[in-house]
Amino acid sequence: MGKVATREAYGLALAEFGDTYDFVVLDADLSKSTKTDTFKKKFPERFFNTGIAEANMMSTAAGLAACGKTVFASSFAMFAAGRAFEQIRNSICYPKLNVKIGATHAGISVGEDGATHQCLEDIALMRSLPNMTIINPADATEAVCAVEAALKIDGPVYLRFGRLAVPEMFERANYKFELGKGVELKDGKDVTIVATGLMVPEALEAQKILSEKGISARVINIHTIKPIDRDILVKAAKETGAIVTAEEHNVIGGLGSAVAEVLCEECPVPMRRVGTQDVFGQSGKPAPLLEMYGLTAANIAKQAEEVIKLKK
Amino acid sequence: MDNKRAIELEIIANRIRKDALTAVYSASAGHPGGSLSIADVLAVLYFEVMNVDPKNPKDPDRDRFVLSKGHAAPALYGVLAERGYFPVEDMPTFRKIGSYLQGHPDMKGVPGVDMSTGSLGQGVCAANGMALAAKIDKKDYRVYTILGDGELEEGQVWEAAMYAPHYKLDNLTAFVDFNGLQIDGDIKEVMSPLPIDKKFEAFGWNVMVVDAHDIIKLYEAICAAKTVKEKPTMIILKSIKGKGVSFMENNPAWHGSAPNEEQYNQAIAELDAQIKELEVQLNG
Ligand SMILES: Cc1ncc(C[n+]2csc(CCOP(=O)(O)OP(=O)(O)O)c2C)c(N)n1
Ligand SMILES: [Mg+2]
Repeated sequence: MGKVATREAYGLALAEFGDTYDFVVLDADLSKSTKTDTFKKKFPERFFNTGIAEANMMSTAAGLAACGKTVFASSFAMFAAGRAFEQIRNSICYPKLNVKIGATHAGISVGEDGATHQCLEDIALMRSLPNMTIINPADATEAVCAVEAALKIDGPVYLRFGRLAVPEMFERANYKFELGKGVELKDGKDVTIVATGLMVPEALEAQKILSEKGISARVINIHTIKPIDRDILVKAAKETGAIVTAEEHNVIGGLGSAVAEVLCEECPVPMRRVGTQDVFGQSGKPAPLLEMYGLTAANIAKQAEEVIKLKK
Repeated sequence: MDNKRAIELEIIANRIRKDALTAVYSASAGHPGGSLSIADVLAVLYFEVMNVDPKNPKDPDRDRFVLSKGHAAPALYGVLAERGYFPVEDMPTFRKIGSYLQGHPDMKGVPGVDMSTGSLGQGVCAANGMALAAKIDKKDYRVYTILGDGELEEGQVWEAAMYAPHYKLDNLTAFVDFNGLQIDGDIKEVMSPLPIDKKFEAFGWNVMVVDAHDIIKLYEAICAAKTVKEKPTMIILKSIKGKGVSFMENNPAWHGSAPNEEQYNQAIAELDAQIKELEVQLNG
């Protein structure tokens, strides 16, 4: 299978669903990078550039939504979730307006632009907002499904896309995407790996590494980070007794935190969180950066072996 | 400034351009267009105007510089290297893992970088803070900052525009790199910030408009700004994005893409030819 960046799929999805759904798209001078220009080319009259003005874009999106429009607002995750956080909170989430935030270039795989552009906090920020739904697709198919799922619900949605081309894992024709539901990709009994976004293929790879060592790992893909699928997590904790989470995000506030919150309350088991360890990133090519910050199958497997030792 | 010095500075500006392109080419990533457009003003600031000492980059009394349009880091690193803050030979490490020459200016890692930038709109506010600190401490250092014309679309820039005259920050000189282009195209089509001069005037700034590639005019404008009391100065630089490399000039495609080997060699050849011509003028 090939590799496609989820942001590419986002642009194509906007252009495709533009035929059947009525929505407008905003961007802040990054349409070539966020890929909203794919939509712009097909529906120029429904595309509005706000210039380099992310705060303005989010509140404008709120105004459009307050007049009945469905709005996609796009920028890099850093400037969407980061720069415009308070606008998203007070103008979009508080009034529960129908704004979909298409945030691209999330995570350390942004690469060469470096720490200022590698957003490793957006899930934490968005997760803390009431009324917000968060989807972090793992591949192109999930990205398209995420856009359609966002269109089908009324209210704010944060869509997290990457810059880097990632493996195509799922086939659109027979992929069933259910908002808010985790997906068990592999069954296992010794440990569960809960992954999101580009860490999902790494989790599957880790499962293979572990299986060669005689360890049976379950793999769960969490595309919807909020609301999180409590049932699948509690079941995994009960049945496998140990959890490793994997995300391209700071371990503070992201998927690892979300999973820990559920399990602490409902079924505490030993856990390890793979993610960036409360540090800023740096410039470099994506692959060596992912390696350097431990966002790899090898590290997931290592953490799995460690956490199994803590099982009661 | 005499003609001879102007030519020397022009040569330095072209060396900065070469350094910037070497960095971007080596990284296969970065922003050549907006780096080339500010090479001349950086040469004038760091080699003629600013009170700085590369051997003492943290001197509390030094003049400060903030690259508000932080994506032009290759040009900033180029001028700092040429001025002796670090070896020019380090330019090819730009944007590579472990290098201190991060994709956007990092004040913790790069000698001579006074403020970490890269997120547009924030640098000019930090420059205000530095100018205010000088006032609080009764120090006479000056603060310089360069914004992009697309960057002017950030609301935060206008908060800063209001702030500097309010606190009478006459020790601040800001520049807008008015090259007419941003990522998605012509600034007039994407989100027009025009008229830039009248807006800043209305906010209470002393405003000047100069040719960004005329060394003597640049120098005179910067000197004139120093004599203005109670008001910050905004110097609007009428510039050419990609200046100095024929195929990059005024082409938005070169905002954020790196040249391939052939393009890099051609660019360096063009800049070398310009340097050679200037050297002839200097010696002839
Ligand atoms: C807050 C923020 N939003 C978006 C970006 C992405 N970005 C980098 S450069 C750029 C265009 C800048 O245009 P301009 O200010 O005109 O710069 P120049 O033409 O001098 O390169 C954009 C949108 C950013 N760095 N920061
Ligand atoms: Mg510009």
